[in-house]
Amino acid sequence: MNWVGQNLDLIGQLTLAHLRQSAVAIVLGFVLAIPLGWAAFRFTRLRGTLLGVVGILYTIPSFGLFALISATTGIGLLSETNLVVALTIYAVAIMTRSVTDGLASVDAAVRSAAVAVGFGPLRRFWTVDLPLAGPVMLAGLRVTAVSTISLATVGALIGVQNLGYLFTNGSQRRIIPEVLAGVLAVVVIALVIDLALVLAGRALMPWTRRIRVPRQRARAAEVTA
Amino acid sequence: MNVFLDAFAWIFSPDRTTGYLPLWEAVLQHLGFTFGSVAIAALIAIPAGWAIGHTGKGREIAVFLSGAARSLPSLGLVVLLYLVIGVNFKEQAAVVAFVLLAIPSILAGAYAGIEAINRSTVEAGRAVGMTPMQILWKIEVPLGLPLLIGGIRSAVLQVVATVTIAAYVGLGGLGFALIQGIQTRNAAQILGASIVVVILALVLDGAFALFQRIVVPRGVAVQHSSPTRRRTRRAPVPAT
Repeated sequence: MNWVGQNLDLIGQLTLAHLRQSAVAIVLGFVLAIPLGWAAFRFTRLRGTLLGVVGILYTIPSFGLFALISATTGIGLLSETNLVVALTIYAVAIMTRSVTDGLASVDAAVRSAAVAVGFGPLRRFWTVDLPLAGPVMLAGLRVTAVSTISLATVGALIGVQNLGYLFTNGSQRRIIPEVLAGVLAVVVIALVIDLALVLAGRALMPWTRRIRVPRQRARAAEVTA
Repeated sequence: MNVFLDAFAWIFSPDRTTGYLPLWEAVLQHLGFTFGSVAIAALIAIPAGWAIGHTGKGREIAVFLSGAARSLPSLGLVVLLYLVIGVNFKEQAAVVAFVLLAIPSILAGAYAGIEAINRSTVEAGRAVGMTPMQILWKIEVPLGLPLLIGGIRSAVLQVVATVTIAAYVGLGGLGFALIQGIQTRNAAQILGASIVVVILALVLDGAFALFQRIVVPRGVAVQHSSPTRRRTRRAPVPAT
């Protein structure tokens, strides 16, 4: 573990770059997925197509996606922007379904009650539908965050500097502790961000502390989400 | 769209049938690594998943594994095993990495398939005098098959993506052309190889989607309920 001690600065820098790239993709993915997920929920006819397209997006291998993005948009193949765009596409792919599922999980009676007391469509969406969809959306956001952080390392193959650099550099120089440090750093960051999301969820959605998600759904969500 | 023309010209060029690694050979190699690794993973994960689903014990392990696997960077795992097992055994090292990455999805699919069965169906089996083994083979396994195939589908896609990356340690497959293209700055080759990888993944995904429908036993109503239920079809493990 000598290598790690001597290169703490490098690991720190790469971690920061890694977090920056991942955070942009996670936030962008979340923001873009809200209107998409809403559209899939609201327009039933659109749902199959939209969720199908989104499903296809995350079957695309990342190393194959970079060149497609570069060729269609003109973004440099070996650029950080390319990686962030690719990660955003995956984030949108996971989050859109979560937003749709979240909105579908809102009790229809609650929605009707909001209409009955005079909430307009916009106010109802922001103050009733979206907050109540929160727990399901949070489950999706956690999956998005963890997989984005792990996936970002592939960026090293297109020369982007992040924790993935420890894998390519460690491979070339045959330094096992370097690679191991990279794997552990990625896992630790993912766990920390995941925990932060859980805590943020508790702070923003105090009602979820008392009311438990129905057992059946919670079980399904644990495995699939 | 000239770049796409160049890329297709690269794919269909007669040069692709010769040379160090002809394109069709790379595709076969890619498929070989993918299905070989997924088969090994299935041999381990399916019995374990069925045991968890049947007995209801150890489900925390399945949940933990599918969560932990998501945070594990596949490039890091491949490189780590490549260095630890030895650079002379890079194929074995890569296969170990692929198997490790494929296990959680298959395990989750096998176990979730059984858990998703209506309890009264299982109780009915017990009521008519089925032994636990009969319940497993005649009720739980057939009814859980669609979700199991869904888990295998996720695993296959995960491994297809990871095999591409593993070309970095010299494994061959379709990632070889991609990495070579990046090193030689050959845009047509990079895009051409990417297109082949993406098509391969989409074809496999489509084939498994079809397979998943076929294995629904006759007489079982297909559940078209809320989207929350439909998501259990497949665990969202993004391609790597």
